[in-house]
Amino acid sequence: MSTLDSAGRRRFLAVSLTATGALLVGWRVARGEPAPADLPLELLGDQLTALGPFVRIERDGRVVIGAPGCEVGQGVFTSLPMLVAEELDVDWSQVRVVQLPWGGAGTANGPGHRYGRQGGVPTDRGADWRLLREAGARVRGLLVQAAAGRWNLAVAELRCAAGKVLAPDGRSLDYGALAAAAANLPPPGAAPALKSPADFHIIGQPTRCADARAIVTGAARFGIDEYIADALVAIIVRCPYPGGRLGRYDDGATRKVAGVVEVLSLPGPLADLPFEGPLAAGVAVVAENTWAALRGCELLETEWQRDAPAASIGELARAAQAMLDASDGGLPVRSEGDFAKARKQARRVIEARYEQPFLAHATMEPPGALVDVRSGRARLFASIEDPDAAATTITRLTGIARNAIDISLPRSGGSFGRRLQNDYVAEAVLVARAVGKPVKLLWRRGDDLAHDFYRPFGVHALAATLDRKARITGWSHRCAATPRTWRNAGREGQPAHTGLLSADGFPAGLVAHLDLRFFPLGSPLPRDPGLRDDDAFEVFATQSFLDEVALAGKRDAVELRLELLGMSSAATPTQIGPPTAATARLAYALTRCAQLVGWGVPRDDGHGIGIACHATADSYLAHGFELAIEGDRLVIYRAVCVADVGRIINPLGVQAGLMGGMLASLSDTLYGAITLKDGQVRQTDFDRYRLLGMGDSPRKVVVEIVPSSAAPTLAPPSVQASVAPALANAVHAASTVRVRKLPLMPELMRLL
Amino acid sequence: MTRNAEQAIASTAAADPVEPAALRLPPVPLALKINGEDYFHEGDPAMPLLWFLRDRLRLTGTKYACDSGVCGACTVLVDGAATHACTLRMQAAAGKAVTTIEGLGKSVLHPLQQAWIEEDAVLCGYCQPGQIMAAAALLQRKPQPRESEIDALPNLCRCGAYPRIRSAIQRAAEVMRANAK
Repeated sequence: MSTLDSAGRRRFLAVSLTATGALLVGWRVARGEPAPADLPLELLGDQLTALGPFVRIERDGRVVIGAPGCEVGQGVFTSLPMLVAEELDVDWSQVRVVQLPWGGAGTANGPGHRYGRQGGVPTDRGADWRLLREAGARVRGLLVQAAAGRWNLAVAELRCAAGKVLAPDGRSLDYGALAAAAANLPPPGAAPALKSPADFHIIGQPTRCADARAIVTGAARFGIDEYIADALVAIIVRCPYPGGRLGRYDDGATRKVAGVVEVLSLPGPLADLPFEGPLAAGVAVVAENTWAALRGCELLETEWQRDAPAASIGELARAAQAMLDASDGGLPVRSEGDFAKARKQARRVIEARYEQPFLAHATMEPPGALVDVRSGRARLFASIEDPDAAATTITRLTGIARNAIDISLPRSGGSFGRRLQNDYVAEAVLVARAVGKPVKLLWRRGDDLAHDFYRPFGVHALAATLDRKARITGWSHRCAATPRTWRNAGREGQPAHTGLLSADGFPAGLVAHLDLRFFPLGSPLPRDPGLRDDDAFEVFATQSFLDEVALAGKRDAVELRLELLGMSSAATPTQIGPPTAATARLAYALTRCAQLVGWGVPRDDGHGIGIACHATADSYLAHGFELAIEGDRLVIYRAVCVADVGRIINPLGVQAGLMGGMLASLSDTLYGAITLKDGQVRQTDFDRYRLLGMGDSPRKVVVEIVPSSAAPTLAPPSVQASVAPALANAVHAASTVRVRKLPLMPELMRLL
Repeated sequence: MTRNAEQAIASTAAADPVEPAALRLPPVPLALKINGEDYFHEGDPAMPLLWFLRDRLRLTGTKYACDSGVCGACTVLVDGAATHACTLRMQAAAGKAVTTIEGLGKSVLHPLQQAWIEEDAVLCGYCQPGQIMAAAALLQRKPQPRESEIDALPNLCRCGAYPRIRSAIQRAAEVMRANAK
């Protein structure tokens, strides 16, 4: 029995029995591969095989399922094994989940994957959704076949429930009792039919985080918690000037610190080439323990060379404004009708500009990696989210073949897209190779904030033309920003506006006369390539501006959006639903959010209500806030998120993700900004890069998930684009102050 | 010890002038209690407790995140008070009793840990041990904390789990008050 994977290679189902009598089922890419060294013992059992296991069923009926994803807080450690368990027909309480390592392998046909896609950027969400359910169904099929043989009944007469095969006459057999027999069966020729969603008993059930106990007892292992014998600790003092070089350095005092073993320089990225290794030149202090490395870094004296200092944010903003002041130029992104003519004929033209800062990811667990690259093999333990790319990095730097690389995937302390990059893996590999020992690289908080792939900086100039009835006839969005494509490997050749001004962002396609133009801005700061459907940058401008247009035309801001979406302005959620078409799904989320946040309800408490909505990659979200400005504080009384993100595997996990994503975006909106002084990033700690705290998080949070039968998005977007404009719109409602520049709090205090 | 090593030590001693008092007294290791056990530290007394816990004892539930006593990911209890292990030097921890997340509920989960699981308050999970330790110190002082007292907890959560953390603290407080009756 075999099936084809996404690259058209054959995958074989492998079934075996361990010496302790457990059934072990999984995939392998090709016969004769070396056994992966890092398989969790629970899955491997005591018998070394070349399996890439998904499932192990013990003789006593316990079930172990391997989690193939990269857990960064999005809940895949729980949700993906739920897919397997569903089709396996076991009780979730019988299941123990263990993290699988990276399943990349080298085969005669090129790179392969034992467990399907692991982390990285989703290309085909439907494939993950199918593959894991099929894995569960195939194991169930084997067990049913074994039971049919035992009872001498036809397979079609049997059914399964809660870890048992049931016969029509009431007899039943535990999976554990069938494990040995199932292991000796030839695997079925075709995958058994998958369940109808009506029969789901695990998918769609609120399920708590599978390793919550380990987390709350401190036992859970994150990348930073991994230790191996002999490993040295490395901390790198990096050039504070983006694009700068190392001049001379004096490590005399550093080398006197007890425990410091080596001090070595690391080259930075080659000028103008894509960032493929370290982001900055630096000096690595390598020591026997963390404290010695930290002390050694403090005592290191370095001189850095730089060309002209990077422009300050003020200078960058002035350059952007000047570009946008010119009446022409820019790269055309999309043009429909004749905006210039619409402008001449318009009853009114509304215009506004918005500015957004560079943002850091600021994951709670800083970047880092533990690597061993001795004797032709590589071992990597790190909080990463694109292990395939990490393996490619290791091969490129060391020549170690893909099938000689083992990667453990511990939990990650947040990602928000940061861990799709492997610059820190490259650094650890370079240091480990230089010292000839395993190396654990630690990034300090200041290293993390000053050396990131930042969410880009930019200024938006928007203009809308209105007719007599204050309907939008034309829409112009000109954006000057630092392109995400700049020096980002894999983004070369893509247009400069990618991820900053999309051709089909709301309301493009919904107005007759449209003009979208992009003006690239230069800066030496690396940028997030925006692989995560991160539209927050442009949506702050468009959804803020829609409110300004509504206000100027004395229109209701929700009605105006519904009108653009082609919906009756009187529509209510029940009248629109159930949502099917894209615009209807967005309209439903918007109107439901309006209901929940109390849109249009007259109030006398001075609280302001604001709302915004956005659709991205099969996710339709609306956010609403009820807030008040009390002295120099902004108090959010109610925060609402309505999300249509396809079928939900784990409602509790998705709710957590949507709630958390909303609060993380609030943090960025209220406080986040990376600025430059003397060509250096100023924010090097959490005092200067402020994060949302318990005290300023919303008093009440409402997250509502729209029922849907569309393919699941598997992990909800961590960045929620409509948060920032909904907040700015609510601030306007509460104070009549329109904040057009982020971060919001300092700008609001300046304007009040 | 080989002859050469002895000579090397002798020559080092000659090269580095050492205070006579220090020469006479053997180094006194710093003693402290961690999760009820006695430990001694003979290294740099200026080393933060965090690295003793993590590097030496492999008590990795206490997390490194900000390095400056701001975020609270390294919160431990020192003589019952919530303390940032990243800025507490070993010499200041000497003689004290330290409780880490690993020692909070040794055989049975602490009500906070249980409440955290029940409220599913975990997102990435990295800050959570510190959040729980800070909450434990709060509930010790204030068995019935006011909302404003929960608001004042300084621990940061980048993933934004605050609403569930708040619910978990309230749930644990209720359980602990009921247990105390």
